[in-house]
Amino acid sequence: MTTLDTLHTAADSLKTAIATKTQDTGWIMHHILDSRELDFPPFGVIHLPEIHLFGIDLSITKHLVFIWLAVIILSFVLIRAAKSYKKSRIPKGFNNVLEVLIVFVRDEIAAPTIGKGFERFLPYLLTVFFFILTANFIGLVPYSSTSTSNISVTAALALISFAVIQIGGMMKNGVFGYFRGLIPHGIPSWLLPIMIVVELLGLFTKPFALAIRLFANMTAGHIVIMALIGLIFILRTYFVVPVSISFALFIYLLEILVALIQAYIFTMLSSLFIGMAVHQEH
Amino acid sequence: MLLSKVVAIIALSGGEAGGSPLDVNPGLILWTIITFILLMVILKKAAWKPILNSLSERELFIKDSLEKAEKARLDAEKLIQDNKSAMVKAEQEAQLLIEQTREYSEKLKSQMLDESKAQSAKMIDDAKAEIERKNQEAFVKLKNQVAEIAVDAAEKIIRSNLDKEKQVGIVNKYLDELQKN
Repeated sequence: MTTLDTLHTAADSLKTAIATKTQDTGWIMHHILDSRELDFPPFGVIHLPEIHLFGIDLSITKHLVFIWLAVIILSFVLIRAAKSYKKSRIPKGFNNVLEVLIVFVRDEIAAPTIGKGFERFLPYLLTVFFFILTANFIGLVPYSSTSTSNISVTAALALISFAVIQIGGMMKNGVFGYFRGLIPHGIPSWLLPIMIVVELLGLFTKPFALAIRLFANMTAGHIVIMALIGLIFILRTYFVVPVSISFALFIYLLEILVALIQAYIFTMLSSLFIGMAVHQEH
Repeated sequence: MLLSKVVAIIALSGGEAGGSPLDVNPGLILWTIITFILLMVILKKAAWKPILNSLSERELFIKDSLEKAEKARLDAEKLIQDNKSAMVKAEQEAQLLIEQTREYSEKLKSQMLDESKAQSAKMIDDAKAEIERKNQEAFVKLKNQVAEIAVDAAEKIIRSNLDKEKQVGIVNKYLDELQKN
């Protein structure tokens, strides 16, 4: 009964904390979480349409808007770059940056991890790299929101990655050949039941880890920045402002690095898993 | 009872907004998948294919150009080598030619010198013989003349051998005549 009592009091204190709105986490969560409206303080709020189809809530949300923004920016920039290649062999200006990234994905991520036949996976890997990179960077712009800090978005990306890995493996080795190849050669037969479970679990943990990694990394930086800013209001003194601002700025710069690294890691690991599924002999 | 309280606390700790970062929104998952696949299809057609093609095309072009340049360099080097060896050969030939010419001219010179020496020696010999002959001739002529003069003088002496004065006068007169001549 004592446990129940403490739980009661904990719940009560939480309720009062929320009710009094003195030190709640609502304003941090407001920045992190998805919502049905675009917030542009102090200019106003844009409410997004709600859509319900086939019993699924398909409403447009804040994160979806910024995904679409990323898609528009990416399409515009990349198609423009593709057109400039038709005109001349030599890239100019920003296309040089794009080319560096494209060649990096091709020669440093896809080619060494997938090996022979990596070309057919390049469109997926390039798209996922540029999409995550753009979404991460959009999240660093004021008034915007990081769509990759939403577990649903990263889960969707991981699901696509999972599909590409499985389909890639099955196309190369055949459906039965692929599942047979999952279990390593030359293990004792009494280990088979365990290995089958482990390998099947392994199939799902890989994309799960992808989703959680991206989500956690993109969320954490923002929460840390918010918490550092929140320190000013928690301590109720101006003296902490320089500390808060400089630390927040440092974390912000770190976030730029994290945005790049997470796009790289997601692509790199997807590529690695594709390579493992396609060339099972390793 | 206990479980419901725990759930309540977890739900409450999510804050006023009522959501947690771990809430999964199936609609958003669907939207993201649709959007991503559309993006992939569009970019594959409109961006990745042309960009990757032109990249590999360019790489091939650069590789080709480098190979061509290397080949051209090798060719040029070979050409230079050929030229050098040809020049060396030509020089050797020229040297040989000069040597031969010099030898020939030396030979010719010595030959000509010998010939001319022999000729001049012969000419000197001839001249000597001629001089000797002329000398002999002159001597014979002189001898004859002297004999004649002597005979003439003797004749004149004998003719005017009448007196001493006459004889002396005749001799003096003759000598004067000789002197005049």
